[in-house]
Amino acid sequence: METKKYTNPYLAGVGLGLVMLIAFWITGLGLGASGAMMRTVVAVEKAVAPDHVNENFYLKKYGGEDKNPFEHWLIFEILGVFAGGIISGAFAGRIKKETNKGPQISNRKRWIFAFIGGGFFGFGARLARGCTSSVALCGGATMVVGSWITMIAIFAGAYMAAWFVRKLWI
Amino acid sequence: MTGPLSITLNINDNIIFLIYFFIGIGFGFFLERGGFGNSRKLALQFYLRDLTVFKVMFTAIVTGVIGLTFMDSFGWIDMDLIYINPSYLWPGIVGGLIMGVGFAVGGYCPGTSVVGLATLKQDAIFYILGSLFGMFIFGETVPMFKKFFYSGHLGDRFVISKATGMTMGQIGFIIVIVALLGFVGAEKLEKKFGEKE
Repeated sequence: METKKYTNPYLAGVGLGLVMLIAFWITGLGLGASGAMMRTVVAVEKAVAPDHVNENFYLKKYGGEDKNPFEHWLIFEILGVFAGGIISGAFAGRIKKETNKGPQISNRKRWIFAFIGGGFFGFGARLARGCTSSVALCGGATMVVGSWITMIAIFAGAYMAAWFVRKLWI
Repeated sequence: MTGPLSITLNINDNIIFLIYFFIGIGFGFFLERGGFGNSRKLALQFYLRDLTVFKVMFTAIVTGVIGLTFMDSFGWIDMDLIYINPSYLWPGIVGGLIMGVGFAVGGYCPGTSVVGLATLKQDAIFYILGSLFGMFIFGETVPMFKKFFYSGHLGDRFVISKATGMTMGQIGFIIVIVALLGFVGAEKLEKKFGEKE
């Protein structure tokens, strides 16, 4: 199947915005992403060392005592995100095993840096209490002071780091 | 009906979970539509060659701002009942900067990496594994910097209107104007630096 072009960015943005509004209207909670990953981490830790989770003030919030880290709306939402990605990708013929990268690096190098970048983002997202979905998108739309500051910091950090890793992408 | 319906209609958690699966489908669908499953497309924004991310994100924010402002004034949503991110200044800034570095190095953010995985991008798998590892490290080390994690607390529902004494509509109006100017700028930058397809 021929790969279709991406949707006009402004149209996709309105679509995303409407999904966010529906989420706020029905549940009042908005959208998220990194929280579902954190819950996965805590679930694994809890399975291996439940006492350890109970002793850590941060992990305890997600899976302390009889709390199931997976019993949370974010888990169901992220499963939906996965399904939605498949649906959109299938319609556009974009489901294809590949590694996206700049022309100057190997796949292996891209994978290593993907892991490192993910590590930074994961750590930063927990420190800032949310990632681009809940802080930048939802905190931006609800016009929260701290969220706008974090959003600006994300882009500032990225534009500063970009020069150093330009070989990865261009 | 005044939202959030989960509170005003007292909807059962299990039904909310089911609803969230469908909300997630919408979220993932439009992320993929916008091109966010492709890490290189995401990363090229930082070299001003492809500003899709900026356009999609700020259009979504503007849609949210306008929608919430109207819904509030129509009495369709009770803004006091919706989730507002707490504002902690210092961890918010440092965490944001670290996320930025991760974005430029890794190409994805958590939500987009899930869409990348859904469309079989191999780099997305490594990014997700890295994210899980970074979060594991955070969870294990945060007791050591607990004080910093709670530093600079500006408030739990510290919205810009409250901070400035302006109305939600006024702030929303400013955001819309700034975003529109940003879109004009983004189009110009793309014409100058963009890759010819």
